[in-house]
Amino acid sequence: MSLLTINDLTVEFPTRRQLFTAVDHVDLSVEPGEIHGLVGESGAGKSTIGAAIMGLLDRPGRIASGTIKLSGDQISGLDAVAMRGLRGKKISMIFQDPLTSLNPLFTVREQLTETIQAHLGGTDAEANQRARDLIDRVGIPDPDTRLDQYPHQFSGGMRQRVVIALALCTEPDVIIADEPTTALDVSVQAQILDLIKELALERQVGVILITHDMGVIADTTDKVTVMYAGKVVETGPTSQVMGQPAHEYTKSLIAAVPRPTLKLHRFPQISYGGRETRFAIDDMARHWPKVDNDTSKPMFEIRNLTKKFLQRKGLLPWDRTYFTAVDDVSFDIRAGEVFGVVGESGSGKSTIARMIAGLYPVDGGTITFDGQVVSDLTNRAALDAYRKNIQMIFQDPYSSLNPRMRVDDIVAEPIRHHKLMEGSDIKRRVDELLDQVGLGHEAGLKFPHEFSGGQRQRISIARALATQPRFLICDEPTSALDVSIQAQILNILKDLQEHLGLTLLFISHDLPVVRQMCDRVAVMKQGKVVELQETSELFANPQTEYASELLRLMPKLDDLSTDGLEAET
Amino acid sequence: MFAYIVRRMLQSVIVLLVVGLVAFSMFRFVGDPIDNMLGQERTQADIDRLRAELGLDQPFPVQYYKFLKNAVQGNFGVSYRQGRPVSTIIAERAPATLELAFVSGFLAITMGIALGVFTAIRRQGIAANVIMTVSLIGVSLPTFLIGILLIYIFSVELDLLPSFGRGETVMIGNWSTGFLTTSGLKALILPAITLGLYQMTLIMRLVRSEMLEVLRADYVRFARARGLSDRVINFRHALKNTMVPVITITGLQLGSIIAFAIITETVFQWPGVGLLFINAIQFVDIPVMAAYLMLISVMFVSINLIVDLLYYAIDPRLRVDARAT
Repeated sequence: MSLLTINDLTVEFPTRRQLFTAVDHVDLSVEPGEIHGLVGESGAGKSTIGAAIMGLLDRPGRIASGTIKLSGDQISGLDAVAMRGLRGKKISMIFQDPLTSLNPLFTVREQLTETIQAHLGGTDAEANQRARDLIDRVGIPDPDTRLDQYPHQFSGGMRQRVVIALALCTEPDVIIADEPTTALDVSVQAQILDLIKELALERQVGVILITHDMGVIADTTDKVTVMYAGKVVETGPTSQVMGQPAHEYTKSLIAAVPRPTLKLHRFPQISYGGRETRFAIDDMARHWPKVDNDTSKPMFEIRNLTKKFLQRKGLLPWDRTYFTAVDDVSFDIRAGEVFGVVGESGSGKSTIARMIAGLYPVDGGTITFDGQVVSDLTNRAALDAYRKNIQMIFQDPYSSLNPRMRVDDIVAEPIRHHKLMEGSDIKRRVDELLDQVGLGHEAGLKFPHEFSGGQRQRISIARALATQPRFLICDEPTSALDVSIQAQILNILKDLQEHLGLTLLFISHDLPVVRQMCDRVAVMKQGKVVELQETSELFANPQTEYASELLRLMPKLDDLSTDGLEAET
Repeated sequence: MFAYIVRRMLQSVIVLLVVGLVAFSMFRFVGDPIDNMLGQERTQADIDRLRAELGLDQPFPVQYYKFLKNAVQGNFGVSYRQGRPVSTIIAERAPATLELAFVSGFLAITMGIALGVFTAIRRQGIAANVIMTVSLIGVSLPTFLIGILLIYIFSVELDLLPSFGRGETVMIGNWSTGFLTTSGLKALILPAITLGLYQMTLIMRLVRSEMLEVLRADYVRFARARGLSDRVINFRHALKNTMVPVITITGLQLGSIIAFAIITETVFQWPGVGLLFINAIQFVDIPVMAAYLMLISVMFVSINLIVDLLYYAIDPRLRVDARAT
């Protein structure tokens, strides 16, 4: 008998206009000690299944039909009190973002002992002992000191360990991990996944691992269920589903995953269940000024760039402490190339991008663009002339568009700011741009919230292209997007480079993506560039220990089917 | 931490100096105190003599400097109207205002937080919706109207509570208190409600919206997923997080309870510093006005400081800065 069985589960969200079926007749079963992956794109209903098991469906969602059984006892439809007894005791949950899932105002000890005593009772001393054991078990060094610290004193990975300790408080039978590593760096992700694997085996806990990351699925799970639009499209042992996908959707999903080992010319688009939005690069190229990329000298020369942030304010200068975000960094960006910067969070990648864009003042060193030093420009006119040539695409397509502005105003803003056109010309240009990025000019009358993440990123691209720049800074442009949308956006960026002669600075923590996109890559660690190489060379033959470590920790996708992929020759 | 307090103190001093300066320069426009002080049969010689006696013939910066010099030593001059030291007058009047402010502040905070939490947790309930609607009235009605309404209902029609004054008071040292006599307590009820109602509804609405925000946070969902009881989640995890932003507004509101007691004190003829100030304005009693304004600004500044220190106490994230040496 399975530990957890879900039979024919349907979850509905009645809205004013219609009934939305988030989960549609889903079957699922988990054995003790097994890690069961639940994979699909956003909106596929993965997290809703997790919430339904926990009895934590957001209102007005409800289980319309089907049963959920835990060790043979039905748990769906239990009342609130009975459900609370199960939550945390029999079934635990690990949330995506360790930065927000711990209460910032209580110490780790308080949060642990509170949960232990709520379920097991017992004296304070017993609860404390158990809390200490748990913290020790999840691999947090120096548990006695760490217990009395607050969540903000832990790094992201350490916090996720605390979250796992909290989930383990009462020896649960089932743990639901909802995107447990999405917010973490690659190296930390590997550690956390290892820990989950270990614990599942050691304690014979059934784990449901919800994720959109095929790499995590391939590396961690025993079985996998692929979901699309609320339905299960395929389920089976991981190696089988990943290696020989039977369903069209699974095939296209796997094909869209960037591979570290295989450089593709273009990403295959997910063809299942929706049409691809066209990106009219030819049309755009016809209207684009002819770019003559002078390859004899670099476009950007960056020399000894340094940035310090005030970390601790002090009344007196010697009381202040600084954090060096970028430390004596030098590199060149050649005209027409895609220059990648990789590194873990906090390594200074984005700070460099912002200094190049002139958003942060430079504390030391110089940035030279086309032979002109731009890092010390203070003259408004000169700065504007420089900025017209560089534009930026940000990571979060939700917060990088002003929600109160109409899309056509958003795209027109750079044109108006730089006074490139006037009157009806602006509208014509904006319509053209929106058509070209595949949204259609009627999109201009809408507001950003009416678009999905991928569409918003297209708006950002249209905005960035409005001034006809020569240089684009892409700061993690796809890390907030689903894998199929990511493939579309990356294809667009590639087109821009190839057909319009744009030069790209591509910042990412995702090594396979960097492998696909970049010509040369700088690897950053703690504000320093530790390695700078041709991309293929870096992946084949890393020179530094840090780079090889990053490559080693990258999810191996060797098991993934390579149907329909053609390597670049 | 210590450096922080020192810096805040320095800022406070600057604020006080500016307030004093603004107040002082305004006094030149409220009228000439000499007019009120001397009767109809004054001569030019009388006027000049009195003006020189009061120091009003000197230029404005000199007057301000003298005021500051004396104020630092706790000497706010002599009231033009009563002919007694201002500090004595204020010391007599302060207990009345402080007791009133304390009671209404206490009411506003406890009731405001309790109702705010209640309406946030029972968002859909009938009671919560009724409270929210009624609270709109509290926010929108002006204080004097509420005062007059309360007097009409409870004093005139029902004849339950006194309509003016403090009732009997008992002296404890230099402090005259109304807490110890029945008539004193009865007299407190109406003014305290009048004064605190607005602050209470404001705090309530603030707590409610903050609480709703916090209840949606991930750590509350995680607490729920760990199977903690609703009571623990609402009153331990959510409420403490709610308090961080609420404290700022509440602190400032407490300051305004004392500062704006003027209106309530006028309506109820409450013998506090607010009433003193109103009378001082009528008679252009500059020393009293100056002292009152300085007193209020000292209070606001210190409340602000306390609020900032409370942040440190509640939110451990702010303490890092102090510890990272």
